Amino acid sequence: MNTPYYQSQDLKKFKNISDWSPELGKKFFDYYNSVFEESALSAREKSLIALAVAHTVQCPYCIDAYTQDGLERGVDKEEMMEAVHVAAAIRGGASLVHGVQMMEVYEKRSM
Amino acid sequence: MATKSLKGRVHDLADSSTQLEFLSNGIFAPGGLPSFKEKLNTVQAEALKPKSLEILQMNLGYMCNQVCAHCHVDAGPDRKEMMSRATLEHCLQILKTTPVTTLDLTGGAPEMHPDFRWFVSEAAKIGVEDFIVRSNLTILRANKKYYDLPHFFKDHHIHVVSSLPFYKKDKTDRQRGEGVFSQSIQALVELNKVGYGKADSGFQLDLVYNPSGAFLPADQLALENDFKKALKKEYDIDFNQLFTITNLPISRFLEYLIASENYEDYMQLLVEAFNPAAVANVMCTNTLSVGWDGYLYDCDFNQMLDLKVASPVQHIKDFDLDQLQTREICVSQHCYGCTAGAGSSCQGSVA
Repeated sequence: MNTPYYQSQDLKKFKNISDWSPELGKKFFDYYNSVFEESALSAREKSLIALAVAHTVQCPYCIDAYTQDGLERGVDKEEMMEAVHVAAAIRGGASLVHGVQMMEVYEKRSM
Repeated sequence: MATKSLKGRVHDLADSSTQLEFLSNGIFAPGGLPSFKEKLNTVQAEALKPKSLEILQMNLGYMCNQVCAHCHVDAGPDRKEMMSRATLEHCLQILKTTPVTTLDLTGGAPEMHPDFRWFVSEAAKIGVEDFIVRSNLTILRANKKYYDLPHFFKDHHIHVVSSLPFYKKDKTDRQRGEGVFSQSIQALVELNKVGYGKADSGFQLDLVYNPSGAFLPADQLALENDFKKALKKEYDIDFNQLFTITNLPISRFLEYLIASENYEDYMQLLVEAFNPAAVANVMCTNTLSVGWDGYLYDCDFNQMLDLKVASPVQHIKDFDLDQLQTREICVSQHCYGCTAGAGSSCQGSVA
């Protein structure tokens, strides 16, 4: 057996999670659909946020889905790459800011 | 990007029967995705039938100054097919004797037809409610002999419908050819100058958005707002409406889908997005398409696949509206393009 853990066709089966828990599945997808509706933020802005988060959580399904969604919404490659850099900056920054903790421990333990 | 049509390159897909065969096998072979006819049967018992005829769409010929990567017509400078004067006259006769309210001239670039101005003048005298010319925009700047077309359009109260796949250069030029975006912007400026696209001027200028790849168009109104904001801010350009049109898997777009290995995913996308509400308003139910050679089709896409109307009347010289109205509309798997998502027609989304 040499089957990869991630398979692109599994994305289409996402809705099947409701099969084993219809009530929770329904609640999740209702919530999910409401989140992405046009409101204080436009659906286009939400799509770009989703793309950035998809890179942060490194979900290949979400990257596939929100690149396609962005293309449909007329988001261009410069906008998509900027969103990915926002994700990278926050993710990298989150590592780096812990350096403060390292510095404090270092200073405290040192003479 | 190719500089010649499929026909000019003697490509297999230049043959419509090869395209139809491709669309009927592979993932649509028995046991695979449902054919369009099967899918239609799940939402309505009957085949698609014409409603009353409203739109006469005439394809004046396949010659064009552009060779767009997604062109369903396989148009280009190397295509010489042109509608004859006799067929043009038959069309004028139909305008006089039928309840057609919209005349829609397309191509190729219809402006390149040698009888274009004569025909427009004659048809305008008959006085259809909505007289559309589908202009690729760059033709208006391609040669000095076309520079006065914005005035000519205005003088004949033409409703201009123009292709502009995006409000930025990169996506536009990748689909339509290097330099197309800047020439299109120049043409839009010229159309604005004579009043086209300006609020309350009465001179309608609509744009057509085609996705620049293997994906569906987004919500028509949301994209219209993006286009309006961007074109106004960057170029001070105004237009009236944006029509989103889904790329149908035929001709050069089919070539692209196959070459980029997107064909199966794209067809699955179209099938999954099948929308019964769009079926109710597909354009083939109120349109008749006339080919350059006078043959009649349910739509411009069927024309390119050589699917003539399923009627004893197949040519404009034998035109008989009552008989044509009893026909069944010819369908194949490309029809999924018009029923996906918000639906698609030459007048934009339909659901």
